[in-house]
Amino acid sequence: MKISIQKFYYGDIPDENKGDTDLKESAVQSQDGRDAWPLWEIFIRSKQGLDHKHAGSLHAADAVMAIENARDVYTRRQEGISIWVVESKYIHATNPDEAESLYEPASDKIYRHPSFYNLPDELKHM
Amino acid sequence: MKKISKSLDSAKATLREAFILHLADNTLILAQRNSEWCGHGPVLEQDIAITNISLDLLGQARNFYQYAAQLIGNGSTEDSLCFLRSEREFKNCLLVEQPNGDWGQTILRQFFFSVYQHLLYSQLQDTQDENLAAIATKSLKEVTYHVRWSSEWVIRMGDGTSESHKRMKQAMNELWPFTGELFLPAGYENETITGFNLLSLKQPWLQKITDILKEAKLWSSVYENDIFMQNGGKNGLHSEYMGYILTDLQYMQRAYPGAEW
Repeated sequence: MKISIQKFYYGDIPDENKGDTDLKESAVQSQDGRDAWPLWEIFIRSKQGLDHKHAGSLHAADAVMAIENARDVYTRRQEGISIWVVESKYIHATNPDEAESLYEPASDKIYRHPSFYNLPDELKHM
Repeated sequence: MKKISKSLDSAKATLREAFILHLADNTLILAQRNSEWCGHGPVLEQDIAITNISLDLLGQARNFYQYAAQLIGNGSTEDSLCFLRSEREFKNCLLVEQPNGDWGQTILRQFFFSVYQHLLYSQLQDTQDENLAAIATKSLKEVTYHVRWSSEWVIRMGDGTSESHKRMKQAMNELWPFTGELFLPAGYENETITGFNLLSLKQPWLQKITDILKEAKLWSSVYENDIFMQNGGKNGLHSEYMGYILTDLQYMQRAYPGAEW
C-alpha cells in the first residue's frame, strides 16, 4: 500500500483534483472515487452576523453536495443562516514565508492611523 | 341511541390512537435503522448526515408518542409505548424495517419514505386535530431537507459509475415491492379518522419519484406494472427483521425495568 502525503498551499491544488459542476464529468473522471472529490472551504454567516466567517473545510463531489454537507456538519447547532462554499483551489493566499516583507513595513508608520492626528476642538463631527 | 354513539365514539378514538401510533412507529423504526450507520458511514459528512436524519425522525417519533400516550391514558408514556410493546403491536410499514444494505439501499429507502412523508405531513398540516397539525408543520421542514438530500444522492449514484448504478438497480429491486404498502390504507387510515384520503397521495408520490428516478437512469417501465406488493406491517404483521430491531431497541428497558439515565 503506497501512502503519500502532499501538502498544498492554497492555490497550488493541481487541475486533476478539481471538482466540476457537471455531474457526469466528475463521476466519469476517476477510477478511485475519492480522487474526484475536491476540497471545499466553507463560510457561514451567523444569525446576527454581517459577514460569512470561515468555518472549516470538507470534501464533496460538487457544489450542491458541498452545501448540503456544510449544512449537515457546520450548522447543527444553529451556527448559521447562510452558507458559502468555495473550492479550495480558487482561494489564493499569501505564503507564510513572505510575511516579513508583506506585513512588517506597516508596523512603524503610525501616521497611517487616524488617531495620530490632533484635531482642533472646533471640529465637532469628524 | 346515546349508548351506540358513545361506543362509536370510543371505537373512533381507538382507531385514532392506532393511526397516531402508526405515524410514531414509522419514524421510530426508520430512525433506529438509520442510526445503525453511526460510526460506519462511508464518509464523515454522510455519517453525520444520516445520523442527523435519524435524530430528526426520532424527534418526530417522540412528538407522536407523547400525543398517543396522552390519548391512550392508562399510565402510558412515550417510553412505555416505545420500549414495552411487542412486534405485533407495532404498526410501522414494512419499508422502514428493511435492512440498511449498502449506502445506496439506505438512500433509496429514505428517498421513497421521505417523499411519502412530505405528502403525508402536508395533508396533516390542515387537519382538524391541532396537535397533529402542529407536529406535521414542524416536521415538514425536516422532511423537506430529507427529500432534497436523498434525491440528490439517488441521482448521483444512479447516474454515477457503473458500480454505483448496478448497486442502485439492486436496491430498486429489493425495495420496490415495499412501496405499495404506503398507499394501502389500514383500517385506521379511514378518511374520517385521518382527515384525508391516503389513496390520493399515490399519484403525486409516483410523479415525484419517477422524475428523480428517470434523471438517475433508474426508472424502467417494469415498475409501472401491477406487481405484488408486500404489506401487513401497518397491522402488526412484520418481517423477521422486526424482532432483531426491537431487541436492540428494547433490551435495556426490558432487562432493567424502570431504569433511567
